[in-house]
Amino acid sequence: MNKFVISLSPHVHSGDSVQKNMYSVCLALVPSLLCSLWFFGLGAAIVLLNAVVFCVLAEWFISKFILGRDGSSIADGSAIVTGLLLGFNLPANLPLWIIAIGAIVAIGIGKMTFGGLGQNPFNPALVGRVFLLISFPVQMTTWPIPGQLTAYTDALTAATPLALASEGKINEIPGATDLLLGNMGGSLGEVSAIALLIGFAFLLWKKVITWHIPVSILGTVAVLSCLFWISNPESYLNPLQTLLTGGLMLGAIFMATDYATSPMTHKGQLIYGVSIGFITLLIRYWGAYPEGLSFAILIMNAFTPLINTYCKPKRFGAK
Amino acid sequence: MKTFSKGGVHPAENKLSAASAIREAQLPKQAVFSLYQHIGAPAKPVVQKGDTVKVGTLLAEANGFVSAPVYSSVSGKVNKVDNILDASGLRRQAVIVDVEGDEWEPSIDRTPTLVRMEDRPDLDAKTIVEKITQAGIVGLGGATFPAHVKLMPPPGSKAEFVIINAVECEPYLTADHRLMLEHADEILVGVELIMKAVDVQKGYIGIENNKPDAIAMMTERAKHYQHIEIVPLHVKYPQGGEKQLIEAISGRKVAAPPAIPISVGAVVQNVGTAYAIYQAVMKNKPLVDRVITVTGKHLSNPSNLLARLGTPFRQLIDECGGLPEDTGKIIGGGPMMGKALLSLDVPMTKGSSGLLLMPQSESKRIEPEPCIRCAKCVSACPMGLEPYLLSKLGVQSDWDRAEHEDVLSCIECGSCQFTCPSHRPLLDGIRIAKVAVGGIVRSRQTK
Repeated sequence: MNKFVISLSPHVHSGDSVQKNMYSVCLALVPSLLCSLWFFGLGAAIVLLNAVVFCVLAEWFISKFILGRDGSSIADGSAIVTGLLLGFNLPANLPLWIIAIGAIVAIGIGKMTFGGLGQNPFNPALVGRVFLLISFPVQMTTWPIPGQLTAYTDALTAATPLALASEGKINEIPGATDLLLGNMGGSLGEVSAIALLIGFAFLLWKKVITWHIPVSILGTVAVLSCLFWISNPESYLNPLQTLLTGGLMLGAIFMATDYATSPMTHKGQLIYGVSIGFITLLIRYWGAYPEGLSFAILIMNAFTPLINTYCKPKRFGAK
Repeated sequence: MKTFSKGGVHPAENKLSAASAIREAQLPKQAVFSLYQHIGAPAKPVVQKGDTVKVGTLLAEANGFVSAPVYSSVSGKVNKVDNILDASGLRRQAVIVDVEGDEWEPSIDRTPTLVRMEDRPDLDAKTIVEKITQAGIVGLGGATFPAHVKLMPPPGSKAEFVIINAVECEPYLTADHRLMLEHADEILVGVELIMKAVDVQKGYIGIENNKPDAIAMMTERAKHYQHIEIVPLHVKYPQGGEKQLIEAISGRKVAAPPAIPISVGAVVQNVGTAYAIYQAVMKNKPLVDRVITVTGKHLSNPSNLLARLGTPFRQLIDECGGLPEDTGKIIGGGPMMGKALLSLDVPMTKGSSGLLLMPQSESKRIEPEPCIRCAKCVSACPMGLEPYLLSKLGVQSDWDRAEHEDVLSCIECGSCQFTCPSHRPLLDGIRIAKVAVGGIVRSRQTK
């Protein structure tokens, strides 16, 4: 007598998996990775490698020795994504011990405290980054000048375009081509818009994310910055400079779209994206920090449960 | 090209038996007729042990309005009326007949001659519906809702058009596809009968464009039938869902229960049902057989069999090359909505559209991972629900909130679970909530 499996329908599956999604994000970050290596050389390699290694180790250690699980969850790839994104948010000359603290905070406080994968209310990489920004403001805001391929902590540094803008030095900002390619000071992943956009196209093609969050953030920033620039071109960046500077592209495409911390419906995602764009500019124009995207995303992460409660998908046939 | 607007997924089609012409299955040695072959009250047996029956002899009569009679599909002697294991995994009452010869009730017209509407000017709506009621016809797509009920719109509602569901969106299944290629005219006359029964002037047959030969064949034949239009549809699961199909073809949306298709003027029947209606009205043949797809990746000869109701599944599999050694799961119906069977000795019923053998490698569920809140289930849901939430509410027994979140609108198509990257058993939790909330709502109504 055969023993047959009894289970409820559906009996087939799309073949999608958590791993596929996470590793697709990693793949989408490859162009940016190559760019950061091109511009920052050794420093980029050290920072990214260590961010990833520390994140994976932190997840393994916490899940095995604190939560008492088998520790196999590191295979899902989410800690690698967090590590890469954290690394992309750091300057290429950041000392190892600060990277380690960032990774432990990102994974430990940002993710595992809440139960691990899918349970975290805030984007773990941003929790790590903002923790470092507040705790180590000097190290976190001195940016190496691109092109010093063999330098690490000894690299020569310069201000980022946004820092120049907040000091009113609008004229010293690099031209659009340099901004687009990423030939400017900044954190590893925020420099080349083109590389990030290639990653965006890949994620859309693989259906890992939809267009709603990135486009609503970038669109809001473009429209609002255009209004400010028209009103006073002397003291505000033009929309193109606004879009290409800071971590805006990186954040809009890779950080704000984090599954666990963004809304579940397209309508909710649009509200979330527009709000992030708005808050980002508020901070950039009037806040104490030159860049506001990290804070904007974290603030809207906090609103995500509320958005999910009120933004329901339209039921079939509902008026 | 048309399709429905919200959600949907694209499972691998695996229509292995699409090129295999319908062939007649052998007679079983013993046929088992479940009295629970339809939605509604079970049929009431009218035969006893030792009675002699022919093909087309009434075995059990309908027990109320939403019910359907059961006819013998074989000739022979009633062995007993007893409880048997059926396709739902329950032991329920059935009539068991030992087969002797193949003698048919003389009133049944077994000739292949096509009887057109103009050959039967005497037919009026009432006669057609009566014939369908008597013939024991139910929705043959798998839902098994008694066909006559849908042909008698409740007072105050008026049918405006008939939609024939020839979508066959379940992967693997090809029975409807073959039926259209081989019995186009009978189907079209059946559609005319349905249109006449509900007094409408317009009939649509919706076919997904993964069956171009069926679309071509039906379009060609439909030229000879006024008022029937073939509508090719863009492939997307679950287009065969009643509400999805109505929207795809007419643009009208049936709201949440208690609204039903007739609320937007639609009467929907399956293409196999239309064929059975033709046979019942024009050939005086009650529902005693149907086309079933017997298929599976490792089955040596995936086929479409015209088989008598009551034939054990084991025999159908033997006729298609025998049970592959690595079979891990047997599914009655298609892989998206079909039921896993406990045993091969379950008899075929009116709703048996397919019999699918899954190899062991595809039979077991993959261990679920935590929900990563990717929202792919929300995007996939054709009803605009939030499967991740409903499933959680079901597991947490939060019935109030599940009702408020419209759990009863779920059509159990499985798109959410199909698409979930974490392999979460979303539909299990939703079903728990549906059963509980459905019971609460019914008890509230009867108060």
